[in-house]
Amino acid sequence: MHLKYESQLREPLVTGNKNYHQVTEDIISPIEAKPTKLWYVGFYIAVALLMFGVYSVYREVTYGIGQWNLNKTIGWGWDITNFVWWVGIGHAGTLISAILLLFRQGWRTGVNRAAEAMTIFAVMCAGQFPIFHMGRVWMAFFVLPYANSRGPLWVNFNSPLLWDVFAISTYFTVSLLFWYSGLIPDFATVRDRAKTKLRQKLYGTAAFGWTGSTKHWQRHESLSLVLAGLSTPLVLSVHTIVSFDFATSVIPGWHTTIFPPYFVAGAIFSGFAMVQSLMLIVRKVFNLQDYITLGHIEAMNKVIVLTGSIVGIAYLTELFMGWYSQNKYEGYTFWYSRAYLFSPYGWSYWGMMTCNVLSPQIFWFRKMRRNLFVTFFMSVIVNIGMWFERFVIIVTSLYRDYLPSSWSVYYSPTKYEIGFYLGTFGLFFTCFFLFAKYFPVIAVAEIKYVLKITGDSYKEEMGVVEVKSTEEFAHEYAH
Amino acid sequence: MAKKKFVVGCFDTEDVLFPAVKKVRTAGYKLHDIYTPFAVHGLDHAMGLRETSLHTAGFIYGITGTTTALSCISWIFTKDWPLNIGGKPHFALPAWIPITFELTVLFAAVGMVLTFCYLCQLAPFVKKHHFHLRATDDLFVMVIECTDKTNTNDLEVFLKNSGAIETSFQIAESDWWVGRYDNDTIPFVDSNIIGA
Repeated sequence: MHLKYESQLREPLVTGNKNYHQVTEDIISPIEAKPTKLWYVGFYIAVALLMFGVYSVYREVTYGIGQWNLNKTIGWGWDITNFVWWVGIGHAGTLISAILLLFRQGWRTGVNRAAEAMTIFAVMCAGQFPIFHMGRVWMAFFVLPYANSRGPLWVNFNSPLLWDVFAISTYFTVSLLFWYSGLIPDFATVRDRAKTKLRQKLYGTAAFGWTGSTKHWQRHESLSLVLAGLSTPLVLSVHTIVSFDFATSVIPGWHTTIFPPYFVAGAIFSGFAMVQSLMLIVRKVFNLQDYITLGHIEAMNKVIVLTGSIVGIAYLTELFMGWYSQNKYEGYTFWYSRAYLFSPYGWSYWGMMTCNVLSPQIFWFRKMRRNLFVTFFMSVIVNIGMWFERFVIIVTSLYRDYLPSSWSVYYSPTKYEIGFYLGTFGLFFTCFFLFAKYFPVIAVAEIKYVLKITGDSYKEEMGVVEVKSTEEFAHEYAH
Repeated sequence: MAKKKFVVGCFDTEDVLFPAVKKVRTAGYKLHDIYTPFAVHGLDHAMGLRETSLHTAGFIYGITGTTTALSCISWIFTKDWPLNIGGKPHFALPAWIPITFELTVLFAAVGMVLTFCYLCQLAPFVKKHHFHLRATDDLFVMVIECTDKTNTNDLEVFLKNSGAIETSFQIAESDWWVGRYDNDTIPFVDSNIIGA
């Protein structure tokens, strides 16, 4: 029963003549094998970075926010830059798992599991920054609206910073639920082929007693579809609200209405770059070239060049408005603090322009989109560029205020600010290494579903059938 | 707990499974369930299962989130503690939309996942009867419930003839873990078979 016809011209999503059992074997067997030496090396480096981050945070909590080089005008420095950067990275996961599901993009199945995991870990990292930026972190629960003994004195529901609290926590919860509900059937697969008692127990617990009943699958499909439908506006709302943190202020360079779409495009841009970096490594280490094919990589590079260009248009629009508004503060921020190469932070603006707008244009060439080395290199460049973007937005707008008397000295981070950032890398990669080793990195059940429609084996079979069925189809339509 | 008898037939491809479902249903056997390694589209229709109303539940949870957010914030900011923020109106609806939206999504998502787990009886440490371990790998496992009159040997032969690569006879305790919540949703009388 062929439920869906697809063009014969399209590349197969799963190459190498697989059957269902081979799919299970290919994806699950790395979980059952012992971790390799390389895995241990990577994991320990990640844990070491995490420890460094924990120490930096310990310094900050014990001695106060003065451990960072923030000053009277630059109240948001590296930490909020890093916050926005990590949240942005998270967005690609939801885009792949939710928006591409709604758009019926079959290729998402190869990368969605890892991308969703990346989302969750990135949001975890992002959350650390505003929390520790509070200074007295033990008071962090003050941001929650609860009936307290001070009136009750409520939080300000009209403040974008509070919207952020709701947006980020909702985003984290929904992403986690979406990810885990997809993992349940795959955990059941691991459980049912487990050779050891311990593995059977652990994965059995994680699988929630999944049997694969048709009725359960039917509900599972409905759940995935609705969660995708909910996550789609959610992911757009999250970075929109993050951009409101800036856009609702009256700071030159922040006070603009193009921020929401510009931030969302930038988020997807950096997120896809991170997915590329991670997936290129994962497919190599676990031999998953048949599931994450060049076609997948090319598709993601297309998204990168599209969103990179949207971001480029946003930069140019801002520059234009800096002049067209004839507002001298806006003009000063855009044309002196940012675009003038020899101003104190001009280097960061041009770093951003080179990494985000100019270099991704290489992906207009198909050869480049399908070149693994270029893709990996570009994915790192794009993430550096997107970090610069947030740094540019925050620091170049803040370091020269309306009053020249409060212009600040040159801001550079302390080792604890850098350490905190490196620490979140540690957190991210510790989580990702554990995920890659102990979780099915590719959605097994979903791959089995697309295998039928667009696998290599099926395509060959269809080549013969195609001619016949086209004739039959024409015949049916003739009557 | 009452024990029930089941005849299990395993199929290795959907192309064989769909006609077999049709045959089993027209022959009047009581289809207990089919366990598949992935969501086989159209199988629920072929089995005569009704549509799930999980999405309706999701809608109701979402609406609950919307009303919770709007009623809480408006009570807090207009009745309980009307903060004067630069002389702006206390009832500032546009500024509440982001939180209202987030809570709508949060309630809908959490509610739906919990409902899904409840309906499918999924939870950590739950143990269910597995008719065939390869049902989560590469086999489509059709389970037919036997009555006193069923000749199990005939049924096994019948399944083999319909394309099953492996058949077996199993006894399982009939409690919720073999799917009590699903039984009442399978109308066996209605043989309006779509698909196949």
